[in-house]
Amino acid sequence: MYKEIKVNNLSEMEQIAKTVGKHVFKGFVLCLQGDLGAGKTTFTKFLGKSIGIADTINSPTFTILKIYENTLDLFHIDAYRLRGIGADYSLEDYIYGEGLCVIEWYKHIIESIPNDKLVIEIKHLGDTKRLLKIWGDNQYEKIVEAINN
Amino acid sequence: MIVLSVESSCDETSVSIIKDGTNVLSNVVLSQIDIHKAFGGVVPEIASREHIKGITYVFEEALMKANINKHDIDLVAVTKGPGLIGSLLVGINGAKAFALSNNIPIIGVHHIAGHIYANAIKETFKFPLVCLVVSGGHTELILMKEHFSFEKLGETLDDAVGEAYDKVARTVGLGYPGGPLVDNLAQQGTPTYDMPDISLGDTYDFSFSGIKSHIINTVHNLAQRKEKLNVENLCASFQKTVTDVLLQKSLKAIEEYDAKMFLVAGGVAANKDLRRKITEQIKQVEVIIPDFSYCTDNAAMIGVAGYYQYQKYTLDESMGLSGKSRVELK
Repeated sequence: MYKEIKVNNLSEMEQIAKTVGKHVFKGFVLCLQGDLGAGKTTFTKFLGKSIGIADTINSPTFTILKIYENTLDLFHIDAYRLRGIGADYSLEDYIYGEGLCVIEWYKHIIESIPNDKLVIEIKHLGDTKRLLKIWGDNQYEKIVEAINN
Repeated sequence: MIVLSVESSCDETSVSIIKDGTNVLSNVVLSQIDIHKAFGGVVPEIASREHIKGITYVFEEALMKANINKHDIDLVAVTKGPGLIGSLLVGINGAKAFALSNNIPIIGVHHIAGHIYANAIKETFKFPLVCLVVSGGHTELILMKEHFSFEKLGETLDDAVGEAYDKVARTVGLGYPGGPLVDNLAQQGTPTYDMPDISLGDTYDFSFSGIKSHIINTVHNLAQRKEKLNVENLCASFQKTVTDVLLQKSLKAIEEYDAKMFLVAGGVAANKDLRRKITEQIKQVEVIIPDFSYCTDNAAMIGVAGYYQYQKYTLDESMGLSGKSRVELK
């Protein structure tokens, strides 16, 4: 299932993250795509907050993976620096793990990414305006359905 | 007291032996930098494999250079995080094996505590002390009222400062790592471009995501209007805004907590404007900016931090010790 949604500002973005947060489960994989500054980490902050993470969620670019322990652990991966790698076995423990795994720049490690996943592509339209292209199959379909502006 | 320390959080495999917290008997560092260069950054999977290949040799060389007997070692200290999880685990398991087989207590040390304590090899800390930690993965202001007590006054809410440099460098088509490249161009330009206010008001927190987006927008808008971008001036504008906010918050913390000493730790301490602003404008307290060689990862700094940590907590974490990608400094 595929859907496009326009968001005008940060609070509309937060609403969408909250909707995703209501539907997460163990082993959930969310792939985020978008240029630098599109708002991938911002989306992850909102999502983390909505599932009860109180610590500051900041960029994982440097360490590639940051783990936030929680009722449902958050594994925040940024594959930005893994361009041209294709796969990373050490990250697969988390991608196929028991938490909520959010992966920025997932195409860089596409061979390590499961078929079933929620994908949100963020396109920059203006200062705070973004176009979200959202898709997912099987267990992720109902989430795509639930996301509305 | 003799401490054997191990550091493997990123792309350096290092083992060091330190006597009484200040006397570095050996500090062996095996760098993987040439292996990762081709990828424009550190690849976790490759990093862990390289650590595995090198670690036993690094252990042996450190022991040999220090010219001591294994049984003279009183404590094993190892970086527990933050860092690349697979890399950390190699050092931790190596350290555990050494501690177990030689019956020595073991403790896990925070990587940033190591960077801070790298300065304690040559200098005597005076408290209260304010430390600005600035690197590719960190931007934090830390208050220390005594040895091994860390109070986080503020931190970045999004990108680390070194990371913002990398991303700006990428946006304007420079290479990696971006810090030195942007810094050098900034020296040749003047800050003519408008930059957003990134002060976040009266807090000690930082945010570099907004200025990154602003730079991206500026570059795109100029391209759309077919106007020429002055890269030197853009770099100078970015650098001025960023170093101003680092300086202002440091000054505010020094004053508010009546600090006796100010420390800078991490790779961004090499930034020319930041060094100049700090030396010119922080006059009221003793300022320590480390040599660049101390800014990079090494086990000696973990050994020194471990020494002070053990003085305070005397905790043997033993075989329960494990690595963490993200861990609070306390």
